[in-house]
Amino acid sequence: MLKLEKRPQPSQLWTYLTPLLAVIITMIAGSALFALLGKNPIEAVATIFWEPLFGEFSFYYRPQLLVKGAPLVLIAIGLSLGFRAGIWNIGAEGQYIIGAITGAAVGLAFYPAESWLIFPLMVLAGALGGLAWAMIPAFLQVRFGTNEILVSLMLVYVAEQLLASMSLGLLKNPEGFGFPGSRNFQQYASGHNAEIITGSGMHWGVVAALIAVIFAYILLNRHILGYHIRLTGQAPRAARFAGVRPNLLILFCLGTSGALAGLAGLFEVSGPAGQISIDFNVGYGFTAIIVAFLGRLHPVGIMLAGLLMALTYIGGEIAQSNLGLPAAAIQLFQGMLLFFLLAVDLLTNYRIRFVKAETA
Amino acid sequence: MKLTKFLASAALTVGLATSAMAQDKTKVGFIYVGPVGDGGWTYEHNQGRLAVEEHFGDKVETVFQESVPEGADAERAITQMALQGADLIFTTSFGYMEPTLSVAGKFPKVKFEHATGYKTAPNVSTYSARFYEGRAVQGHIAGRMTKSNIIGYIASFPIPEVIRGINSAYIHAKKANPDVQFKIIWAYTWFDPAKEADAATALIEQGADVILQHTDSTAPQAAAEKAEGVITFGQASDMAEYAPAPRVSSIIDNWAPYYIARTQAVMDGSWQSVMTWDGISAGMVKIGEISDAVPADVKAEALALKDAIAAGTNHPFTGPLKKQDGSDWLAAGETADDGTLAGMNFYVEGIEGDIPN
Repeated sequence: MLKLEKRPQPSQLWTYLTPLLAVIITMIAGSALFALLGKNPIEAVATIFWEPLFGEFSFYYRPQLLVKGAPLVLIAIGLSLGFRAGIWNIGAEGQYIIGAITGAAVGLAFYPAESWLIFPLMVLAGALGGLAWAMIPAFLQVRFGTNEILVSLMLVYVAEQLLASMSLGLLKNPEGFGFPGSRNFQQYASGHNAEIITGSGMHWGVVAALIAVIFAYILLNRHILGYHIRLTGQAPRAARFAGVRPNLLILFCLGTSGALAGLAGLFEVSGPAGQISIDFNVGYGFTAIIVAFLGRLHPVGIMLAGLLMALTYIGGEIAQSNLGLPAAAIQLFQGMLLFFLLAVDLLTNYRIRFVKAETA
Repeated sequence: MKLTKFLASAALTVGLATSAMAQDKTKVGFIYVGPVGDGGWTYEHNQGRLAVEEHFGDKVETVFQESVPEGADAERAITQMALQGADLIFTTSFGYMEPTLSVAGKFPKVKFEHATGYKTAPNVSTYSARFYEGRAVQGHIAGRMTKSNIIGYIASFPIPEVIRGINSAYIHAKKANPDVQFKIIWAYTWFDPAKEADAATALIEQGADVILQHTDSTAPQAAAEKAEGVITFGQASDMAEYAPAPRVSSIIDNWAPYYIARTQAVMDGSWQSVMTWDGISAGMVKIGEISDAVPADVKAEALALKDAIAAGTNHPFTGPLKKQDGSDWLAAGETADDGTLAGMNFYVEGIEGDIPN
């Protein structure tokens, strides 16, 4: 008989092993799924994980991993700070949208003027936009004790409506024949978040994501604020005795994650996406929640998890068009990853004992 | 590896990939905005793809990717198809316009076809259907069938395509029944069963007994089925499962003939960049079976209108017509030019309410 026994301390070993284990179990369960769909399971899994990295066209896919991974990492880093302290910002998608809108609005306001100053101003506006949007749940929670999970989530839908309104109205391309969508930043040099080295996939969003990883690492390990964040998450009462001001922490964590999500939105709209459009957001803000947990809320872990998530996206797309796998199967595959991660997480806090069944 | 070398090898691989495939089968790719099982827009594009496969058999290979978000992801999906050696790629949603052009610039030998857009390039064509022709027939039936004289319209986004449909339906409903009134709800979605059902229910509560929709799900049909005496029309796809009532007819997108012709053109080497805008006459827009819930005389009128549009003797936008603000648009007998139709951003006289902005 199996018996679960709580570990006195969470296992260090399993903390690192469980993400790997989850990936392996996902591969196995995914293979079964693909086999049931009548596809060669080995080929399917190999296409997802191998093709983008080492396949025939990896010269194109490898840079795309950075493009796809950067917004995920940038948002997830911000979220992880709050998650560690038990502050749940579920509305990064909304902050991402607002950051894109404010940043793009600043850029479009200058069109067609050219100056090197424009892009930095857009970046600033993007961060401030995301920050402001996150301040709504933060302020409501601090002042009126509302639930930040609900408020931040609901604001995503408000942001989506704003996005549609902007694409059809205020930011609509005046030369677009009445069609929705703003001007394209890819055709506006001063506002374009171009690749720093052509063909490398390395745009300013990737740089920002790397910087965010480093800063988060330093903050959490070397700074008193990081200590407060960790303490609040692990022992809220003890944190209060240690002089942590919970309200300030709420403002800081929601604000930082909002600003980073806003930055991600700005880098996306001015670079890979190119324009504000009704369907600009594709769920990075929600996927980043998976990335944050897959990376164990650790900055380096998040970076790796972001790249892994990007890999499943890009590999999944290849599997779709090469093997004819349905999109839903790929989404299921990604969902399994989080599911198994949460499941095997059990091993971190519990150990499995084999015990003989006792006779009554 | 040095960057220049890296890029050179990349370019070489691209060149090899495309030329190697050219001698083989013709490879045709499709990028879909929704799932192939949406029962509407994407479903019909996929029917077109299957028709290409059936028509050419072993001579073609088709690939597709569904539920591709518009924007950066679309650019990668299209690039990926081009890299894998597609000779012809159909990108089947408006939001793919910029990504299609961007990828087309990098793959000059690959032909691209973008649905519903307005920008072309030497290797990029655009194609769309004159759905407003079908809307005219719908409008006529709606005007004749309504008893409450209130016609509900579930609109998606305030873009020319949708506004054109509203105007066309209204003009012909009004011709059939001068007392008719349109109530329009903007759903701000192409596909959201819950929202569409809410919109249909709200319109029915406001007295509408005909529901027209420019959204793709069958939810409005289901909502109308629950109410007494409300009729609907299938959108994009036939939605025949709701016939004979509430669904009394439909507008069907029929892309198969176009997809087959363009694939043939690539095989023959005669492909050229064109802007196609076909309607009922070319078979791109089809009117679904008018059910027995419609009286025989109304059905006959509707079919006569359809035939007249197909024959070119009746343009759905024929003057005298005024704009909503009362200003003159078309003089008696004058027909609308394609440029105005393509960028239509105004209601015709008689429609109440404003186009949201």
